[in-house]
Amino acid sequence: MRGRIEIDRERCKGCGLCMTVCPKKRIGISAKLNTKGYYPADFSEDNSSDSEKTACTGCCLCALVCPDVAIEVYREEKE
Amino acid sequence: MKKVFSRPKSLKDVPFHYCPGCGHSVIHRLVCEVIDELGIQDKTIGVPPAGCAVLAYNYFDVDMCEAPHGRAAAVATGIKRMLPDRVVFTYQGDGDIAAIGTAETIHAANRGERVTCIFVNNAVYGMTGGQMAPTTIPGQVTTTSPGGRIPLRDGNPLDLSAMLALAAGSVFIERTTVINPKGVNRTKKAIKKAFQTQIEDKGFSLVEVLSPCPTNWKMSPAESVNWVEETMSKIFPIQVIKDVA
Repeated sequence: MRGRIEIDRERCKGCGLCMTVCPKKRIGISAKLNTKGYYPADFSEDNSSDSEKTACTGCCLCALVCPDVAIEVYREEKE
Repeated sequence: MKKVFSRPKSLKDVPFHYCPGCGHSVIHRLVCEVIDELGIQDKTIGVPPAGCAVLAYNYFDVDMCEAPHGRAAAVATGIKRMLPDRVVFTYQGDGDIAAIGTAETIHAANRGERVTCIFVNNAVYGMTGGQMAPTTIPGQVTTTSPGGRIPLRDGNPLDLSAMLALAAGSVFIERTTVINPKGVNRTKKAIKKAFQTQIEDKGFSLVEVLSPCPTNWKMSPAESVNWVEETMSKIFPIQVIKDVA
């Protein structure tokens, strides 16, 4: 079961709580400011081209703790 | 891929004004998720407080009626008695419910008003700049207790939830946190149970949520989460305080 998250750069305030709970450590802080002046969280996958090998499982832990509801989670459906 | 997590329907699609790492917005989201799950968006009336959450009516897509500082329980009582088929909740901080609003809240609980209080406890007066609140824990540094709160001089932290549990009219009181995914899930369950208690017309329900305030605690969001877990939850233990529903 593989997943993917989308972080809304403009809603994120860079608190970093999602980073602390991600079991796969796929979330970091972006090097680029958003228009509010925060460094937002940034999701990255090593194998983003191959959907079979991505680390994200779509567990939703990041989205559960996100104070700004800036994360949307997508998950592959079971066959 | 299927979307498995997104913004609840009754939470308006606007950015929050809260500081980075604040617990308020998580609790807003949980209340909205419960409202969606119970399907009560069109018959819910919220009462926001004075405090950081004073603008909560900008975020909840339900009817809201602002209350004067501390009087949310009294305003909610009035609404519920005139419109008994509605679901009425108050959303209050510790400076609102546990300081200026103590009398209103205790009497609403004692009368067993069918309202639900969401009590956000962050151990300081957040909006006014981090002054000592009744819930400030011993030793905690705030702008009005720069050397730390000393119980003999400043008094001890007030455990309002335990006081309300003594009232005969209260039926469900639980204390939770929003500092980790487990706490978030537990808080949502507690809020859902509190709303159901009200819908079933059983009596007064309250959920106290220990919420981080990184700005006024002068900590990073990650440090404030640890502080709730290691220090604050020792004074305010995470537990079901009363459940006779």
